[in-house]
Amino acid sequence: MSKKASIHDVLTGEHYISGNEAIAEGCLAAGCRFFGGYPITPSSEIAERMSRRLPQVGGVFIQMEDEIASIATILGASWAGRKSMTATSGPGISLMMENIGLGAMTETPFVIINVQRAGPSTGLPTLVGQGDVMQARWGSHGDYELIALSPNSVQEAFDLSIEAFNLAEKYRTPVIMLTDESICHMVEKLIIPTKSKIKIENRKKPTGSKKNHLTFKPDADMIPPMAAAGEGYNVFVTGLTHDTKGYPVITPEAQEILVKRLCDKILLNEEKIRLTEEYMTKDAKVLVISYGITARSAKGAVNLARKKGIKAGLLRLITIWPFPTKLIEELAKKVDAIVVAEINNGQIVKEVREATRKSVPVVLSSKLGGTVHTPKEILAKIEEVKKK
Amino acid sequence: MTISEEKVDDTILEAKRHPMDYLLRWDRLPHVWCSGCGLGSVLSCFIHAIAESGIDTKKIVVVSGIGCTGRASGYLDLDVFHTTHGRAIPFAIGLKLANPELKVIVFSGDGDLFAIGGNHIIHAARRNADITVICSNNFIYGMTGGQLAPTTPMGAWTSTSPYGNVEPNFNLCHLVASAGAIYVARWTSLNARRLQASMVEAIKKKGFSFIEVIPPCPTTFGRRNDYEEGIKMLEFFRENTIIRHGIDPGDAELNLGNKIVVGKFVDKEDKPTLSDHIARIQLFAKRR
Ligand SMILES: Cc1ncc(C[n+]2csc(CCOP(=O)(O)OP(=O)(O)O)c2C)c(N)n1
Ligand code: SF4
Ligand SMILES: [Mg+2]
Repeated sequence: MSKKASIHDVLTGEHYISGNEAIAEGCLAAGCRFFGGYPITPSSEIAERMSRRLPQVGGVFIQMEDEIASIATILGASWAGRKSMTATSGPGISLMMENIGLGAMTETPFVIINVQRAGPSTGLPTLVGQGDVMQARWGSHGDYELIALSPNSVQEAFDLSIEAFNLAEKYRTPVIMLTDESICHMVEKLIIPTKSKIKIENRKKPTGSKKNHLTFKPDADMIPPMAAAGEGYNVFVTGLTHDTKGYPVITPEAQEILVKRLCDKILLNEEKIRLTEEYMTKDAKVLVISYGITARSAKGAVNLARKKGIKAGLLRLITIWPFPTKLIEELAKKVDAIVVAEINNGQIVKEVREATRKSVPVVLSSKLGGTVHTPKEILAKIEEVKKK
Repeated sequence: MTISEEKVDDTILEAKRHPMDYLLRWDRLPHVWCSGCGLGSVLSCFIHAIAESGIDTKKIVVVSGIGCTGRASGYLDLDVFHTTHGRAIPFAIGLKLANPELKVIVFSGDGDLFAIGGNHIIHAARRNADITVICSNNFIYGMTGGQLAPTTPMGAWTSTSPYGNVEPNFNLCHLVASAGAIYVARWTSLNARRLQASMVEAIKKKGFSFIEVIPPCPTTFGRRNDYEEGIKMLEFFRENTIIRHGIDPGDAELNLGNKIVVGKFVDKEDKPTLSDHIARIQLFAKRR
C-alpha cells in the first residue's frame, strides 16, 4: 500500500462532525478495510462515508442486496483476513440475526454498528430508541455471548469504534456498537490522535504446521488462533457443532464443550472487557444507571439532585454486554436505591435487578422512543426513590 | 531401519488411494449421502476438475449453504465453509472481494441457491461477481425430507405437495443467464465427462459462471415420483437427455415427461468483473 494511503486512514486533527461520520473514521483508524451494507436510516451516513473513504485506503465497499447478504459478506471478508464491518438499524439488524449466530459459532471477528431507532417494526425510522439491547445479546437462536458497546458522545463513538475492532480481533467475536440515532446525528468536536497513539489489536495467527491444522483449537486463553482462507491451512468452518478440527460432531458432549467455551471466553473476561464511567458515586445514596445518549440526561439529573442536597451518582455503562454484574452488585451494597434510565420499556433494568438480587429497590425511568429523557424526568425518579 | 506398525499401515493405505484423494478429507468419510444418490459422482467430477484446472489448490475456497449438497464442501481438503441456508453466495463474494487472489467456488443445492438464496444469485450474476456457482438440482429439498422446491416440476409429488405440485418451476439456467451470467451449462450426473469439462471451463472463467447439475435423489424425490432407485433415474437420464450447446436456455425448460436438455448454453467473452471494477476505483481514489 502506498505511503499516501496510510496517511489517509487516520485523519489526525480536530474535526466537527456527526457521530456517524466519527464511527466511520474510527473504524478506518482501527484498520477496517471492508464494508458490506444496505442503506437504512439513521445509519446510512456511515455507509456513505465508507463508500468514499475505503477505496482511498485500499479497502472494499460494497452495497449488498439486503442486510442478510451484508452480514454474510462481511463474515466472508473476515475469513479472507480483512477487518470487516456493517452498519444498520432496526429492521436491518433483525434481518442479520441468523448470521450473527454463525459469527459467534465460527468465532469470526467483525463489527456491526446498530444505530438504534425506535421500534418495533418500522417504528420511528428517524428517531432515537434503545430497544435493541436484549436483541443485541441473544437475538440469534441458541446460547452465545458477544460484546456490545454504547458511546455517549461523538468522541466516544470514534474511540469505541477502535475498541470494537480490537475486542472483535482479540476475542474472535462479533462486536455490536449499540449506539443510537441521537449520538449518531449529533455534531460535536472530535479529536483524532496521531496514528502512533492508536492501539491496534490483531487476531492471533497460527504458528504450527499447515498440515492437519486444527481450525478451532483454542489456546489457554480459550481463543483459537485464526488462519485466513488462501494461507494454506485448509480451514474447515461450519455452523454445525464442531470439534477442534472444525469438523461437525453432532453430540451433546461436543455441544457442551464448544458452547461452554464460546460463552466463557466472553463471560470470564468480563472484567477485562468492562468499560464504565462513574460520576459522584463515592458517597451516593441513589445510583442512576444509564448508557448512550440517555446517560447525558442522567448526568444532568445527578447534578440537579446534588443541588437539591440528594446524594445521587451515575454509573454509565460503556460495555453493555457482557454485563458488569459484579460491579453493580458491589455498588448496590452502598446505595439505598437505583434508578435505571433507558429509552425502552425496561431492558437493562432487568439485568440490574438480577445483579442486585433485590437488595435495594430498582426503578425504571423509561421512554418508549422518539425522544430522549429530560434531566428533570430522571430527577423525578431519583426524588421518588429517595423519599421511600 | 525400523518401521512402526502405523507407518506400514499408512503405506498400504496410500497405495490403495486414488490419485485424486489428496483433495479429500479422508477422516470425514464415510459421507452422509444415501446409496444411489448422485452427489458422490458430482463431487468426484468436481475434484477431478479442480486437479485438471491446474489452479493452485491453496487459493481455492469452496463455500456451501445448507442441505445434502451443502455437505459437499466438508469432504474437500481445501479451505471450506459451510455457512447458513441460502447465504453461501454473499459469503463467497466477501471472500473474493477481500482477497481477489482466491478462486471462490460455491457448491450448493437448488433450494439453497434459488429459494431462500434466490435474491443473492441474481445479484451476483448481475454484478459479474468473479465466482463459480455449482448447483445440484434434485428438484427437491433433500436434507429436510423431500419438501417442495422452486425447482419441483409441475405435478410432481413431494411431502408438502401431497396433491401434486401446482406451481411452475424456475428454469435455473435461464434465470442466471438473464441476470448476466457469462457462463451457463447444465448436465446430469450421468454426463460425468462433460460435466467435468464444464466445471474446468467454469472455474477458469473470469466472472460469474454457473453450472446446474441434475443428480438422482432416490430417497426424497425419486421415492414419490416413480424413481425409487437411483439407477432408474440414471436410466431415465440416459434415454431422455439431449445435448444442445448454445441454445437459448429459455428453450430448455425442465418439465416432467419432457426431454432433459443439457449442454453449454452460454459462454460469453470475459468482461470486467466486480473485483476488476473495485480495483479500478481503489486506484482512482488513491490518486485523488
Ligand atoms: C433459515 C433456514 N431455514 C430452513 C432450514 C432447513 N433446511 C435445511 S436444508 C433445506 C433445504 C435444502 O434443499 P436444497 O438446497 O435443495 O439441498 P438438497 O438437500 O436438496 O441438496 C432446508 C429447508 C435451514 N437450515 N435454515
Ligand atoms: S436425500 Fe436425496 S440428495 Fe440427499 S443424500 Fe439422499 S439421495 Fe442424496
Ligand atoms: Mg435440492
